[in-house]
Amino acid sequence: MANPVTIEELSEAMYRMVKEATGVKKLKPTDLTKAMMEHFGPERCSKEACKEALRRLMDSGRCVYTYYGGSFVELPPEEGTEI
Amino acid sequence: MGDENKPSQTPKLDELEKGPWPSFVREIKRAATKSPMARDLLGVLELSYEEKVGHWKHGGIVGVRGYGGGVIGRYSDVPEKFPNVAHFHTLRVNQPAGWFYRTEALRAICDLWERHGSGLTNLHGSTGDIILLGTRTEELESTFADLTKAGFDLGGSGSDVRTPSCCVGPARCEWACYDTLNFTYDITMHFQDELHRPAFPYKFKFKASGCPNDCVAAIARADLSIIGTWRDEIQIDQAALKEYTENGIDIQADVCERCPSQCMSWNGKELRIADEWCVKCMHCINAMPKALRPGQERGAVILIGSKAPIVQGAMLSSVLVPFMKMEPPYTELKELVGKILDLWSEEGKSRERVGEFIQRVGLGNFLEAIGLEPKPEMVAHPRENPYVFYEEYFEEEPEAASETEG
Repeated sequence: MANPVTIEELSEAMYRMVKEATGVKKLKPTDLTKAMMEHFGPERCSKEACKEALRRLMDSGRCVYTYYGGSFVELPPEEGTEI
Repeated sequence: MGDENKPSQTPKLDELEKGPWPSFVREIKRAATKSPMARDLLGVLELSYEEKVGHWKHGGIVGVRGYGGGVIGRYSDVPEKFPNVAHFHTLRVNQPAGWFYRTEALRAICDLWERHGSGLTNLHGSTGDIILLGTRTEELESTFADLTKAGFDLGGSGSDVRTPSCCVGPARCEWACYDTLNFTYDITMHFQDELHRPAFPYKFKFKASGCPNDCVAAIARADLSIIGTWRDEIQIDQAALKEYTENGIDIQADVCERCPSQCMSWNGKELRIADEWCVKCMHCINAMPKALRPGQERGAVILIGSKAPIVQGAMLSSVLVPFMKMEPPYTELKELVGKILDLWSEEGKSRERVGEFIQRVGLGNFLEAIGLEPKPEMVAHPRENPYVFYEEYFEEEPEAASETEG
C-alpha cells in the first residue's frame, strides 16, 4: 500500500489551492476534499485526512470560512478589506 | 420645555408600541437608554419603514477562529448615518436540549451580551438557538471566550449541521416515546465537527419530537425528522373511558368519527381499536389522555427531506425508516446519517437541500446508494409515488412467465 500523505502535506496543498483560487473562484470544503483525493489518489488520501487538514488550516488562522449564500474556504481578509 | 413636546424621531415605529400587547419597539427603546447600538437600530428601522427598503448586508467574512458557523455577518449600508450599527453581527448560541435553563445561566448570557453587544436577544431563533443580536467584528472572539467560560458554545450556521433541537420530551411530557433530550445532546456532541465546520452543499437540520404530536414541527422543518412512535397496540383503560362518557364526552362523535383511518369502534361500553390500521395521528390519545396511551414498544420513525421555502419551495418530510429503536448510543441512526451525509456531500449541488437532492436523483437511487430497502411506508400515495421504480420485477416477468409455461 502506498504511503499515506501527511496531514501537513495535505494542509499545504489545500492552502495553495485556496491561494490560487483567490479572486477567481470561491471554493467549498468539498471542492478541496475532491481535489485532494484526485491529486493524491484515494489509496494515499482519505476523506478523514482531508477533514483534519482543513481543520488545521482553520485553527491556525491561515484560512477562514466565509458565507455568501453557502459556506466557502478563503484566505483571511487583509485589514480594511471591503466585504 | 419638556421632551414630550419635541417631535418623535421614530413616528412610524411608535405606531408599533400602541395596544396592550408586547412590543419589540418598546423593548428596543428600553435597551436604547443604555446601548448606542440599540439607539441606532431604531434609526435604521425607522429609515427602512420610511423608504420601504432594508438596510442590511448579510454574510461575508466574520466568525471566530476555527469555526465556520455560529456568527452571521450583518452590516448596515448606511453606516455614515448610523455608525453604531455599521456592524451588527448575530451570534447563534447552542441552546440546551428542550430549552431548559437555570436563571443563573440566563443572567450570565444577558450580562455578557450587555458587555459585548447591543443587549438585544431573541429567545429563540426558528432553528432553536439563543440569538444574540448585534455586535462588532472586534468583539466576536472575546464574546466567544466569555460564552465558553459560561458553559455555552456557538450553534450552526451556513452549510453545516444546524444546532439540533427537540421537544421537552420525557422531562415534561407523558407522551414521549423516546428520550428526545438525551438523543439531542448525544447527536450534538457526535456531530460537533459537522456543526462547527461547514462541509456540505447546504444546511442540514435535525429535529427530534417525542411523539407524533410533533411539537417541534420536525416533519415540516428538519432535513432529518426523528418522531417518536410505537408499533404495538394503544394502551386502553376501559374504566377511565367510562369516566369520560360520564363527564359528557361523546366517544363515537368526538373520537371514533374523527379517526382518520376509522380504526376505532365504540359500542357504548367498550372501545376497540384495530391497531394495524392506526396511523398514529394522536387524536384519540389527545382527546382522552387518561384513558388512552401510546403502546409499550416505543421508538421513532425517521423521516427525511423537509424544508422551508428558501431557494426552492417548501417540502414536507417523507418516511425513510418506519420504526427504529431509539436507545443510546443511537448507533443505527448515526450510521444511517453518516451514509446520507457522505452521499449528499459527494453528489449534492451547491445550495441543494437533501430533500431536493432526493427529488433530483430519485428516491430509488438514493435508497440504493445508502443501502436501504424500499418499504411500503415510503410511498406517499398509492399508485402516485414517483420515486420507487420496480424495474427488476418488469425484467424478471418474461422469465417467470416462461418458467410457468414450461
